Amino acid sequence: MELTIHLYGITRDIIGSSKKSVQLPDGARVQDLLEQIRKEYPSLAELKSLLVAVNEEYAEGEVVLTGRDDVALIPPVSGG
Amino acid sequence: MIEITDQPIQVQSCIDAVQSERAGAVDVFIGTVRNHNKNREVVRLEFEAFDGMAVRKMRELGEEASRRWPVEKIAIVHRKGTLEIGDIAVVIAVATPHRKDAFEACRWVIDTLKEVVPIWKKEIYENGEEWLEAHP
Repeated sequence: MELTIHLYGITRDIIGSSKKSVQLPDGARVQDLLEQIRKEYPSLAELKSLLVAVNEEYAEGEVVLTGRDDVALIPPVSGG
Repeated sequence: MIEITDQPIQVQSCIDAVQSERAGAVDVFIGTVRNHNKNREVVRLEFEAFDGMAVRKMRELGEEASRRWPVEKIAIVHRKGTLEIGDIAVVIAVATPHRKDAFEACRWVIDTLKEVVPIWKKEIYENGEEWLEAHP
């Protein structure tokens, strides 16, 4: 399946775009996405944390992704 | 009143939004842009938000605060875009029957907002820039 990942903050700077298409096997989980994208962009592994939001909620590594999901990388937040 | 806005935040609107005849206290937190951080001079800030999720998380904070304290009304408004020194980045106003709850709820909301709401702050210096909290 192909997923479009939305990027914010430092992840947008590292990847160089506010969106990225990612090819993943069907049944792939959040941790598979993280592993694949860290392999492609090693600087992501240097961040203090990197979470994934699925449909606007923080998702654990075990959550299975589908092509219809709205997926975003969430680097360490710093609002306020 | 739960909002992300790219316009200057009007503090009085936030206070007006939490007016309640049952409230004996309104506590207001105003987060502003300061001109220094960790011994570096800050020129301005840029805030970026994942709008939909940020509003959703801010709404959850309001609901959770209302479960923990007897909140009559709450306003949480966060600015995004480019902010100059002294600009208001965030306002939280909490109305409760008694002041102790208003102080506690307001503090909990700003502390938790900083941990969970997907908003990012970039500091701009004379000779560089940095996304805050990004690296260990």
